[in-house]
Amino acid sequence: MLNRHEIFEKRSLLLTVAILFVVAIGGVVEIAPLFYLESTIEKVKGVRPYSPLELAGRNIYIREGCYTCHSQMVRPLRDEVERYGHYSLAAESMYDHPFQWGSKRSGPDLARVGGKYSDAWHQQHLIDPRSVVPESIMPPYAFLDKRELDYSNVEAWLKANRAVGVPYTDEMIENAKTDLEAQIDPFSDVYDEFLARYPNAQIRNFDGDARSVSEMDAMIAYLQVLGTMVDFSTYEPEENYR
Amino acid sequence: MTDKEIDEPTGVETTGHEWDGIKELNNPLPRWWLIILWITVIWSVIYWVLMPSWPGITGHFAGLRNHSERANVDAAIAALETERSAQMQQLLSATSIDEIERDPQLLQFAMNAGGSLFGDNCATCHGAGGQGFVGYPSLVDDTWLWGGTLDDIQKTLHHGIRSTHPETRLSIMMAYGETGAFSSDQIDDLVEYVTYLSGREADSEAVVRARADFTQQCVSCHGADGTGDPQQGAPDLTDAIWLYGGDRKDLRETLYYGRAGVMPHWTERLSDEQITALAVYVHSLGGGE
Repeated sequence: MLNRHEIFEKRSLLLTVAILFVVAIGGVVEIAPLFYLESTIEKVKGVRPYSPLELAGRNIYIREGCYTCHSQMVRPLRDEVERYGHYSLAAESMYDHPFQWGSKRSGPDLARVGGKYSDAWHQQHLIDPRSVVPESIMPPYAFLDKRELDYSNVEAWLKANRAVGVPYTDEMIENAKTDLEAQIDPFSDVYDEFLARYPNAQIRNFDGDARSVSEMDAMIAYLQVLGTMVDFSTYEPEENYR
Repeated sequence: MTDKEIDEPTGVETTGHEWDGIKELNNPLPRWWLIILWITVIWSVIYWVLMPSWPGITGHFAGLRNHSERANVDAAIAALETERSAQMQQLLSATSIDEIERDPQLLQFAMNAGGSLFGDNCATCHGAGGQGFVGYPSLVDDTWLWGGTLDDIQKTLHHGIRSTHPETRLSIMMAYGETGAFSSDQIDDLVEYVTYLSGREADSEAVVRARADFTQQCVSCHGADGTGDPQQGAPDLTDAIWLYGGDRKDLRETLYYGRAGVMPHWTERLSDEQITALAVYVHSLGGGE
């Protein structure tokens, strides 16, 4: 028995075939399930790709490393649901590349922060967190308010997301720049077209300064859409137990 | 070579491999280690069978226990609601704050439930103790923009102020300077007028000059004597409580750019019972009417 390995050790071709066989087993076990991922994502209504402004905010969120302290996933645990709202669904982050679930909460979870606070609160809190939450340990991000948003390559952001599976249409990419500007202007000419492309998007001047598109606008637009896309009044939890 | 070969100096069995006269000892792995390895292997197989595990074409194998984290959390929440339901119902059906206050157990329940909800949802803007910040009203004093009865507070919580709710409470402090409705001088005079209204020393000539503008533009909401109107969310200008600061610079900014603080509505986020509990808590913070 102990010497059977001679069979392999003395025949390099056989050894190669045997190695390939063993590696293939590991490969099948790890890779095959990925082809059936679709079956794990429940079908829900309302989840749409991020609007260009929201996507810009998301880029800033990632740039500033917000995910190092804030998670974006309400786990299916009683106390979390009591505090943050409905547990997160896979479908809610299906257009997130990469997802922002996170694993560390120095600050609170943000998966359902959209609509929880006013724009002005977000603005003041980002400029000086301790002016509204004295016990906060969050660093200030006052510069977001002063920096103009650089969206010269917004089409490329959408294209990059499309390349990894987000269903941005040609029309969306073509109009990305005007759509981005339209979201902070309630009186824009493309109001209806914008809403048709991004249903239920919130249109208003997020930072209170209509003269320019600041990084603050993008950031608040992103925060205010988080967790608001799914209409839970039509969601059937029992059908999606897993 | 079926015979075991023992290496003489160490007394350990060899594997039978030999490279230029050097032989390999066959030191077995420690028994405790092997036992743990096999236990984990067996456990993983048991786990596959009992718990949701393998993905399939149309779904996944749910496991013999049919375990679902989501079903568990829904059951846990349902249990929690059942546990609370008697008192929650009592809270909802209470017609007045007095009725709740007469029942110490119910009051205690409302205060505990409301207190934890306040910490999760309200403290971020109104402060941990409800003391408020500039732009976010204090809830501990007895001055209320939109009324301080239990019903008023509940309505504010349900619909929000300048929120996205269709029945939101709505008032507009116009940007009198930015829109050009008043000239810069007129605003300066009005600042003096409001300073005078709140019982502080003000330039009397400016006060006289501003009276006509105040009557024309401000009285409809703030009242002829400037004491405000909680029906319209217009603040009292005669007291010492200022949401956005009461010195001349702040007043000028308020008049020039207007103010439009937003309170989100909570109808979708909190249940009716939770909102009632929260209203009782806020009512008790100090200034409930």
